[in-house]
Amino acid sequence: MSLPSQLDQVFVLLQHWVAGLFPVWLQPFVATVLAVVGIVASFPAIFAVTTVLERKGLGRIQNRLGPNRVGPLGILQPVADGIKSLTKEDIVPFTADGLVHFLAPVVLVVAVFLGFAVLPIGRNMVLANMDAGLLFFFAIGASTELSVFMAGWSSRNKYSLLGAMRAVAQMISYEVPLLLSATVIVMMTGSLSTVKIVEAQGGFTGFLPHWYVFTPWGFAGFVLFVIAALAETNRSPFDLPEGESELVAGYFTEYSGFKFALFFLGEYLGMFSIAGFAITLFLGGWGAPFSFLGFVPSWGWFFLKLLGAIALFIWLRGTLPRLRQDQLMNFAWKFMLPMTLLNLVVAGAWRFMGEGPFGGVTRWLVCSAVLLAAYVLLGRVLMRHQKLGPRSYRYAE
Amino acid sequence: MTPLAGFLIVAALVFSIGLAIALTRRNAILVLIGIELMLNAANLNLIAFWRFGPHPEALTGMMFAIFSIAVAAAEAAVGLGLVIAYHRHSKTTDLDTMTRMKG
Amino acid sequence: MIPTLFGLTLPFLILAALTIAGAVAAALLRNLVHCALSLTITFAGLALLYLNLDAQFVGFVQMLVYIGAVAILVVFAILLTRGAGMPEYRSFSSNWLLGLVLAAATFALLAWAVTLSLPASAASAAPAVTVQGIGVALMTTYVLPLEIVAILLTVALIGAVIVAMPEAKSAKSPSAGKAGAQ
Repeated sequence: MSLPSQLDQVFVLLQHWVAGLFPVWLQPFVATVLAVVGIVASFPAIFAVTTVLERKGLGRIQNRLGPNRVGPLGILQPVADGIKSLTKEDIVPFTADGLVHFLAPVVLVVAVFLGFAVLPIGRNMVLANMDAGLLFFFAIGASTELSVFMAGWSSRNKYSLLGAMRAVAQMISYEVPLLLSATVIVMMTGSLSTVKIVEAQGGFTGFLPHWYVFTPWGFAGFVLFVIAALAETNRSPFDLPEGESELVAGYFTEYSGFKFALFFLGEYLGMFSIAGFAITLFLGGWGAPFSFLGFVPSWGWFFLKLLGAIALFIWLRGTLPRLRQDQLMNFAWKFMLPMTLLNLVVAGAWRFMGEGPFGGVTRWLVCSAVLLAAYVLLGRVLMRHQKLGPRSYRYAE
Repeated sequence: MTPLAGFLIVAALVFSIGLAIALTRRNAILVLIGIELMLNAANLNLIAFWRFGPHPEALTGMMFAIFSIAVAAAEAAVGLGLVIAYHRHSKTTDLDTMTRMKG
Repeated sequence: MIPTLFGLTLPFLILAALTIAGAVAAALLRNLVHCALSLTITFAGLALLYLNLDAQFVGFVQMLVYIGAVAILVVFAILLTRGAGMPEYRSFSSNWLLGLVLAAATFALLAWAVTLSLPASAASAAPAVTVQGIGVALMTTYVLPLEIVAILLTVALIGAVIVAMPEAKSAKSPSAGKAGAQ
């Protein structure tokens, strides 16, 4: 085995080697446990790095320094945060529903971790190569809504309840475009298996990869998927459910100490898993972006892309203002849903126009034109009654 | 006890509990929950018969279950919509006081 | 080797206990939200039972539809009808004894039929069902039911929105938007 491919498979080989130390009947069990340990160790580590990156990045965007006290350049900040959250008093409101209040963060974290099971992190690096892997991810993602509701309802706090209801309404509304924009990929690949979806994007034309994002329907699907993913994970600009200025942080207002840390962890891990799925579906998963870069290990590409996606999310958070509830719902039902439905039709047309001598160019032109025209028309119609423009502030000046 | 019998007993228990909920509770939403449980029990039966039947490759039982899940979802949406509409009229979801058909 | 008890595997027994416990809790608890949450346990247990029966696709669909949509719909309905606060004064119907007897009789009948009629057949090998196979079947043999279900769901969606819509005066209630989500 050559060095690059050995490096590529280093974790797989390690897993086989460690499992080989155990008796044969225990080996599958040990291999699974090792893979789970790998996931449970690596993604929270990225979470720790992300918290400090996000705070520093937001600081730079807002023209301030961000955390810079703990350790060199403030990179030990997550350690301090972790110690703080572990040693803080765990306060449960007197009237709260104890059991449900306790279960809500646990359900969230468990559901989010389960989502990583079908995420291909590298070549041969997926915990469960399920035939219906994508469906599994969406089914698990649906149960996080319930934990949000449990948290908001059990706190017996009206801000918590309002935040939870906002969050659930938002997540249900954006789940529809999320599922529909992912369906395009399933139509093209003919499979719900995440491993097969990555393999289908493995080829190269010249030195350019066959990623789905480089097709008209794939690009539209990717943009729609990322918007829906932002809303699904309650990230800015869709962070109404936890708007600090309106709801004193929404459904986890009454959580403190370690339970609050669990919510924080669950939220970020949810963001990682959904970004990981965006990468798997549209950005070629663990594939290299250029054919001549194939020597870099596949897991390296995955984590690089993941960091890129996280940087994009931080950038968006620093740039965009928060939406209003009616804008949020209008955007989901009047813009996202028609666009995703149209994208399904466009993908079908692309599939049946075929490769042919002229088919290649024609279908590119036709599909791009249809999507672009729909985007412009829909945008114009929806914006017609929005009186946008410079606002006059009556009291602020 | 064969595995099939085990699944059928569980389905029968879930069905009976659903029936008990639908017959004994006063809240209209809980009655709907009971009906959902009864539908789910039927689904479990369908899947169990599909799995242990002579021709699992025909997918008949599984298809029945998939369609039944779709119909149950529609039933839940309409049923709960009705409960909410009734609640708006008479400010109650108590079935013992729902004695009039007029709004 | 999976340990067995009375000819039933241990995972099955655990899942069955979980499912039944959730259903019993939904029947007995007084707080409506607790009922809805224990109902979710039953739905999850049933989904896992489907997985135990090698019906992966149906199991995941069950999770997506019941936990993701129906359970959320139920808690929304409970909150919109103000049932989430204090438990009701009387949560059981006036003729609860009759209902309980009927349910018990139904179970006795079903259990009697099951134990009496089934031959002691050994479990067959797990059938190889791919999602692709299900898709092909849906698009060929079962295409008519599929279309009918599509129409039914559309009708149900529109119907639920209209039923839950406030009458004429105010513009839009949260219940209308929520029913549309399904």
